[in-house]
Amino acid sequence: MLRVIGKRLLLLVPTLLGLSILLFAWVRALPGGPASALLGERATPEAIAQINEAYGFDRPLIEQYFTYIGRLLTGDFGNSVQTNRAVLDEFATRFPATVELAIVALTIAIAVGIPLGYLGAKYYGKALDHVSVVVSLLGVTIPVFFLAFILKWIFAVQLGWFPPDGRQDVRIDATHATGYYVLDGLLTGELDAAWDAVVHLVLPGLALASIPLAIIARITRASVLQVYGADYVRTARAKGLLPRIIRDRYILRNAMLPVVTTIGLQLGLLISGAVLTETVFNFAGIGQFLADAVFRRDFPVLQGFIIFIAILYSLINLIVDVSYSLIDPRVRVQ
Amino acid sequence: MTALPPSPATVGAAPGAPSSGADTGTSRWRDAWRRLRRNPQGIAGAAIVGLFVLVAVLAPLLAPYAGTALPGRAEITPTGIPGIGEVPGFPLGLDRFGGDVLSKLIWGAQASLIIGLVSTAFGLIGGMLLGAIAGTFRGWVDAAIMRVVDILLSVPNLLLAVSIAAVLGQTPSAVMIAIGASQVPIFARLLRSTMLAQSSSDYVLAARTLGLGKGAITINHVLPNSMGPVIVQGTLTLATAVIEAAALSFLGLGGGRPETAEWGRMLTYAQNELAIAPQLAFLPGICIAITALGFTLLGEALREALDPRSGAR
Repeated sequence: MLRVIGKRLLLLVPTLLGLSILLFAWVRALPGGPASALLGERATPEAIAQINEAYGFDRPLIEQYFTYIGRLLTGDFGNSVQTNRAVLDEFATRFPATVELAIVALTIAIAVGIPLGYLGAKYYGKALDHVSVVVSLLGVTIPVFFLAFILKWIFAVQLGWFPPDGRQDVRIDATHATGYYVLDGLLTGELDAAWDAVVHLVLPGLALASIPLAIIARITRASVLQVYGADYVRTARAKGLLPRIIRDRYILRNAMLPVVTTIGLQLGLLISGAVLTETVFNFAGIGQFLADAVFRRDFPVLQGFIIFIAILYSLINLIVDVSYSLIDPRVRVQ
Repeated sequence: MTALPPSPATVGAAPGAPSSGADTGTSRWRDAWRRLRRNPQGIAGAAIVGLFVLVAVLAPLLAPYAGTALPGRAEITPTGIPGIGEVPGFPLGLDRFGGDVLSKLIWGAQASLIIGLVSTAFGLIGGMLLGAIAGTFRGWVDAAIMRVVDILLSVPNLLLAVSIAAVLGQTPSAVMIAIGASQVPIFARLLRSTMLAQSSSDYVLAARTLGLGKGAITINHVLPNSMGPVIVQGTLTLATAVIEAAALSFLGLGGGRPETAEWGRMLTYAQNELAIAPQLAFLPGICIAITALGFTLLGEALREALDPRSGAR
């Protein structure tokens, strides 16, 4: 097991090296070169020359690349053009917000998607099945930010049940020890602050959950349908096992394999979705920061973000594969 | 043969349904076409897509005003934007700038169709070239291309499009290229894997035995038989392209003037008026969703029609 994990981690190295070369070329392909991209509207020939010298953009490309790689390895992604703080620090402050949001979204997606897909398969061709098919279609065809608008308009603007934006009411004077607002509230005993943070997570969480929910429901339905007709399920029924045991130990356990993979693959969608959802709800996570970075042409942030996401994405895929072997003993034996 | 049930996953429930095409000797495509016509989801999808294309092509005839015209500027006040049916002559109301919403929605269909077609064509052609080269030559060419594809796939699709658009600058054509380019790795991997699966089949062996060259086998035999999944993916990509174009606009990457008749752009500007004129967000949003739904339904039906064993994946 450990050897497999080690091998996979080693395979990450060439991928990330390749990505760093692409990113390196990407920044140098920017219109006007990296210096004018960094300076934006303030680009005068003198300023460009100054930046070129300060950042070494006038050095040979090979030398530049190795300097760049050296910086990346020490965690130096440069400074954000917007805030002039180190990119890594900016991520560290905003990451907890996005993690909270992603956890809520994924929880909703799993808690609704798996039962919906299962019921769709169980009542195949009946009303519940149609509901599950329609939900999984709508989930992928309604743009995330449009759904965010709808939720915001109905539940925040019209009904006033939930706050329209932000992570926490600004009037609450909460202590933020970890940056995870819900956790902070629980740790410090400021339960009202924790509850307020939860309430702020509901609408963005629902919007962000839509696509993963649709996909999870769809894969679960297809997978359960396949297992439903399997011989071992028929045998289990013939033995007179309790329906609950057949469902949990025979159907779900076997049908969950593709679903687990799918859940792992949702991370990319969650991150893309977070960029849009956080913007609509003015939710101060890395998604919103990235949207601002796109708008303000903050390339150090974009570059750092892409590397960060690629590492995260690959690690999650690794975890998915490992959990795969926990569910399915056959994979462990290989 | 009984009519095919509407749902993709029926295949999982009732495996082994014989393909009647094999018995009667009809071609694969004609067989697929027959299955497609019997699929209610496919018909619904085709109807939506047909209507969308019709509106887009006939926009100059259908739209009362030009896309960027501001005929109702006099009706707009800082706190009041006339909604649906509130001002004669503007059935769907006006937007913040005084543009006719109906006209902009119609012109927006044209903009979406162009973005969808151009970017999908870009991704399809680029991906097919790479995939076909990798699938034909194998060896280190294949390895090199597929490593680059793997790297690009390690970045979520929308982020890839955003990064490319950021390099190309804020213009409508940059958005199309960015969305298309972000699809290239997907098409490349798809075509390569289909080609690899085909290359071990008997007809390829037969062609090789007859002394045909690699290029001839690829172009005349393997490629035509590998097109099914690519066509399906292309149709589904049209849905993605329409949604992603709106998303890039929303993130401020579309360029052009604020009053441009484009669904994503309309939604972007509507967020400031959500409290007083929610219809400005709802109308273009619904258009995007319905168009994406049409292409998705059609794509799913095509998948079933071209490969009845594919299941619901």
